[in-house]
Amino acid sequence: MSERVSHLKRLEAESIRIMREVASEFRNPVMLYSIGKDSSVMLHLAMKAFYPSKPPFPLLHVDTTWKFREMIQFRDETAKRLGLDLLVHTNQDGLQQNINPFDHGSSHYTHVMKTEALKQALTAHGFDAAFGGARRDEEKSRAKERIFSFRTATHAWDPKNQRPELWNVYNTRVKKGESIRVFPLSNWTELDIWQYILAEDIPIVPLYYAKERPIVERDGTLVMVDDERLPIHPGETPQMRLVRFRTLGCYPLTGAIESPATSLEEIVGEMLIARTSERSGRLIDSDESASMEKKKREGYF
Amino acid sequence: MAEAVPDVALVTDYLAEQENKGLLRFITCGSVDDGKSTLIGRLLYDSKLIFEDQLATLSRDSRKHGTVGGDEIDFALLVDGLEAEREQGITIDVAYRFFTTEARKFIVADTPGHEQYTRNMATGASNAELAIILVDARQGVLPQTRRHSFIVSLVGIKHVILAVNKIDLVDHSQEVFERIVADYRSFAASFGFETLQAIPISARYGDNVMSRSEKTAWYSGPTLKEQLETVEVADDLEQKPFRMVVQWVNRPNLDFRGFSGTLASGSVKPGDDLVVAKSGRTSKVKSIVTYDGKLAEAFARDAVTIQLEDEIDISRGDVLAKATERPEVADQFQARLIWMQDDHDLLPGRPYLLKCGAKTVTATVTELKHKIDINNFDHLAAKTVQLNEVAVINLGLSEPIAFDAYEANHETGSFILIDRLSNHTVAAGMIDFALRRASNVHLQALDVHKASRAAQKDQKPAVLWFTGLSGAGKSTIANLVEKKLQAGGQHTYLLDGDNVRHGLNRDLGFTEADRVENIRRVAETAKLFVDAGLIVLVSFISPFRAERRLARELVEEDEFIEIYVSTPLELAEKRDPKGLYKKAREGKIKNFTGIDSPYEPPENAEIVVSTAEKSPDELADQIVAHLSDRGYLSAPKD
Repeated sequence: MSERVSHLKRLEAESIRIMREVASEFRNPVMLYSIGKDSSVMLHLAMKAFYPSKPPFPLLHVDTTWKFREMIQFRDETAKRLGLDLLVHTNQDGLQQNINPFDHGSSHYTHVMKTEALKQALTAHGFDAAFGGARRDEEKSRAKERIFSFRTATHAWDPKNQRPELWNVYNTRVKKGESIRVFPLSNWTELDIWQYILAEDIPIVPLYYAKERPIVERDGTLVMVDDERLPIHPGETPQMRLVRFRTLGCYPLTGAIESPATSLEEIVGEMLIARTSERSGRLIDSDESASMEKKKREGYF
Repeated sequence: MAEAVPDVALVTDYLAEQENKGLLRFITCGSVDDGKSTLIGRLLYDSKLIFEDQLATLSRDSRKHGTVGGDEIDFALLVDGLEAEREQGITIDVAYRFFTTEARKFIVADTPGHEQYTRNMATGASNAELAIILVDARQGVLPQTRRHSFIVSLVGIKHVILAVNKIDLVDHSQEVFERIVADYRSFAASFGFETLQAIPISARYGDNVMSRSEKTAWYSGPTLKEQLETVEVADDLEQKPFRMVVQWVNRPNLDFRGFSGTLASGSVKPGDDLVVAKSGRTSKVKSIVTYDGKLAEAFARDAVTIQLEDEIDISRGDVLAKATERPEVADQFQARLIWMQDDHDLLPGRPYLLKCGAKTVTATVTELKHKIDINNFDHLAAKTVQLNEVAVINLGLSEPIAFDAYEANHETGSFILIDRLSNHTVAAGMIDFALRRASNVHLQALDVHKASRAAQKDQKPAVLWFTGLSGAGKSTIANLVEKKLQAGGQHTYLLDGDNVRHGLNRDLGFTEADRVENIRRVAETAKLFVDAGLIVLVSFISPFRAERRLARELVEEDEFIEIYVSTPLELAEKRDPKGLYKKAREGKIKNFTGIDSPYEPPENAEIVVSTAEKSPDELADQIVAHLSDRGYLSAPKD
């Protein structure tokens, strides 16, 4: 290894190699686009990987209808700016049953509106490979997942039965109905992501930057009142507070942090001295023990 | 935390510093009993403290975190409770962990070292540049230490740290340490490690892990952290011959056609003469395109898109090289293989899919040479290979591929085998060398000649001219010789007298003139096949010396091997396999050699075989040995 090449360049090249492999070997790949910072980096890498061509696959966003409005706006602008094909899927059954994070609990809601919705979309389009922006440093069960992670025809992950993955030689063989989730950011850390956003000047959703936003505080979590659908409990009054988000998801389930950070450097500085792990801002992970592994086995990203 | 206001200038400096850090990927080998989890926990924990100390300066509201000095923290608990997961029956083969020190970033492949050790270790080690091999100071070098070290060397890791752990439990004894190190060095001598640093440590108490221990004052070498931060793992990838596997043909519109891939080794710049290894087509680099602009030069590990001056046929899986430094191209090679499948053994003869670089072909194990006992490195004869076993094999492919020896280039020398039914990855392989040196013959599309064809077939072309009485056994022996040659990978063709008379020479009779013309045509045909690089077996009675001389003179001096199949007439007549002698004796056939037409035995035949004394099989062996001894069965060296 030459240390002439910075670790970011090495990570970038590794991700590009993974993406090209997928574009070449799969019949019908798709990129899961969650609108967050990792997705932004993944998308930027895809633009690099195939340049001067456009990425030869569409983006897929699973819309629970509870995303922050700024996320949806950013999503549509990004697809337009880059000239990419964007597919949006919502679980219509769930929508008709009005499955929401308040009445059904975050676990059931996530299962129906995210996991089931994703499976519906993958099955409907017949995608045989789907890129996801997950990183191994995020969470326990990710640390042991392959870059090319096999899924059965029912989209299930079997951690006992993973294919050995050696060198850069990826086994991409699937039978009809089976698929592979591909994680090109596997070896990136959170700091790498931020450094790369800074170095490459990659646009991210403004929610990552501090701003006065209407907030109610619930069990120590700062929830943003993004629209009128958020039930306001007795005694609660939304207050304007200077906050930002470290991770983005469905707004009723995503906790804000109080922060004055309005620049990338300040965000990175805050992140560096933060002691809470990144996903602590997401309520779903603490909902059940070992919840992420369970969700992943069921087909969650 | 919310009040911690970072100083932007400090953050910028810090990031610049991070940006310039190198990256080291390593693997830890050892079982839980050796203290592996404790060591990894210690590294993650201590580096995090250092990280935070460093970061404290970033915040005007700096606070001190952590509880340094708590000796009784169970570091193993930090490593995700792998044991608990094992109890649930989940096989976790490799988990990846990340930490940073002031000098480098690290990615650790953490492989639990129990039953699945070979497969897991090989998986984790395949992308590692260094291995930490843990030894319990109380136990010394154990069989598992040998196993781990063997696998580390098998996948080509060149840098090793021998961490002699639990040194506190042997009273920090220098003598114990040195005895273990001497033991280790004696068996690891043949493993080709470029650096081997032994360090006495206590993962539990931190001795010589992140900081130097006073309790081992006799030890003057680096701490584990120092060794990880400073060991020179820079390989010479950039100095090696240029290789790029074409992953994707980049064709956004009719005006642009580029070849996307990551440089496996070497460097390339516009104007360089490139060759497509397999087809031999050449062109020049027109430009090296990236999203960030065109490059004046690209180096190993860069992901680029190369545009060429000429429209030549290139597709995914092709290997681009410099015209003067080409990889091997062959459809047979020897390789070392780690079998990774638990419900099926490797079976020679069974077809698998082989993926090397971006090329997938069908492959069959043509020969299982031996297994390697990973405990004592002995060679064991075997008919199959089972989970976690290592074997040396020959592979035959459905079509030639371009590759290098694994030793020379890990990327172009490694492959996986995939089961065609289950799609499982069943083996990892490392190529040793091509079986036919074929291959050193890089196709020159415009200038292919006899020598290049012969070299491609890894043999010296020749005519084996079998002469002898009818019924002497020429065809039987020639058939056996051809079978043996073909089994040995030679390219052959057999011209049999009777068969040729049914086709090419069916207009000829048995007059003297026709017999001469018969031989002339056969000799000319043999010459064409020799020109094509083949070993040609001609089985003809050819009774006259003159005719045989004619055949001999058509080809070059050492390309004609006259084989006299000597059989007494009585014996041939007794065998009479086609009933011809009987007919001749009855006068139904005229001019029959040996009856009413003479046979002139050769005076200077290269080989004489006597069918009265030996079996056809023994005689065939004798002929193959003759060829082998005289260098006909491999490409001429010059």
